Amino acid sequence: MVRAAEVAATVTDPELPMVTLAELGILRDVRETDDGVEVTITPTYSGCPAMEAIQADVLTALRRAGYERAHVRTLLAPAWTTDWISAEGKAKLAAAGIAPPGPAPRRGSGPVPLTLGVRDEKIACPRCGEESTERLAAFGATACRELRRCPACREPFEHVKEI
Amino acid sequence: MSFDDAYQSLTDHDDDARWAYGTGFSDPLAGVPTALPDGVDGAALAAYCLMIGDDALIMSHRLQQWVTRAPELEDEMALANIGLDLLGQARLLLTRAGEAEGAGRDEDALAYLRDASDFRHVRLVERADADFAHLIARLLVFATWRLALLDRLSASRDPVLAAIGAKGVKEVAYHRDYAAGWTVRLGDGTDLSHQRMQAAVDEVWPLLGELFEPHATELALAGVAVDPSTVRAECDAVFSQVLHAATLDTPAAPPASGVSTTVSAVTGGAVLSEGAVLVPAPTGGAASGDASARLGGRGRDGVHGAELGEILEELQGLARANPGGVW
Repeated sequence: MVRAAEVAATVTDPELPMVTLAELGILRDVRETDDGVEVTITPTYSGCPAMEAIQADVLTALRRAGYERAHVRTLLAPAWTTDWISAEGKAKLAAAGIAPPGPAPRRGSGPVPLTLGVRDEKIACPRCGEESTERLAAFGATACRELRRCPACREPFEHVKEI
Repeated sequence: MSFDDAYQSLTDHDDDARWAYGTGFSDPLAGVPTALPDGVDGAALAAYCLMIGDDALIMSHRLQQWVTRAPELEDEMALANIGLDLLGQARLLLTRAGEAEGAGRDEDALAYLRDASDFRHVRLVERADADFAHLIARLLVFATWRLALLDRLSASRDPVLAAIGAKGVKEVAYHRDYAAGWTVRLGDGTDLSHQRMQAAVDEVWPLLGELFEPHATELALAGVAVDPSTVRAECDAVFSQVLHAATLDTPAAPPASGVSTTVSAVTGGAVLSEGAVLVPAPTGGAASGDASARLGGRGRDGVHGAELGEILEELQGLARANPGGVW
């Protein structure tokens, strides 16, 4: 029987099927206890509708692997950050044409700084590698992505936002 | 495994009936330790979670009404995303409210089966938008205020509120930047866009007073809830920065308890029934000591405009007509 942790780690994200929940840093813990398998996941965004699908997918995968008794625990704190996406996960995103996130913003004490106008950031084009690309829209097809465009190859692409 | 769509993955593992309304989802706080911290009154915590949960729920509903009506497709995605983030925050907060209350109500019971006078959001969030500039002005004010509140909330003694706050900060920072960007684009745009953005700001500003006026519930939960008067200066600094960049005039500061002025300030054609008060608030419990509660004027005390009736008709109509309906 395959270990429960290995089964859960192979489940892919429903919206980003090229990466696994483990690579995204959503899967926090898998434990085999007397009460069955306890899987701990952390939501990406508060309203991410994929979380329900993710829970169902994990439980289905475990059941197919022979783990009839399993449940999912939600972990709210610490809040998910794109820094938890593994190097392998970022490479897979880039290979699929989605620019992976850079380091998440670090904030000191005091109010959250306001960003007016163009942010100073370098997001490389996942197709041609051009280092300077422009943002088309801060919100994309899912909560975690934004739309960008490359001035060199002129292709639009998605980017996983740093949070 | 793979599915053609996310919905398929939701439904393939059982033959359960689907809800005709509501989330039909699992408890968003499943597995989160939800014991009350020492010395925290469950009823007061429930009341507070309803306040900031209803703010998110009603604002989310207004944002969703813009989908298919925004100027550009990208903005419809933005507004839908912002609405979705807020809906997620509302789900967590309403669930927390139901647990703290201990009367067996879950997020769906609180969202779909409460009367208008039991909603505790500030009146800013329920307003109908006369135009896109009006929405942007409301979103700028709302996101700036909520970002500051959530940031303080992340240090709450209640670990669940602290977690919701810390997570929400990351989301609402994007909402504020979006609204600020559009405020500048419209304000510093053409003569017409400047004029309409200024009119929108002038209409929305009288609603600010209520946002920063502490409620008895908030004051009774020191260390757990946030006293909104403590974020006033921080918010004013942001408003000033954005309006200046947008070449817009900052309207005169509203009175601290601005309820009587809010009801006569809006003249937009799409804002109907201005000033109509739906139901007098039942004052009681933690709210009864508040001066404006006695006057019966605040959203936090359940006093809302007729616009809330329209929202709830849309939000709750199906759930109320078909209680527990499934298909």
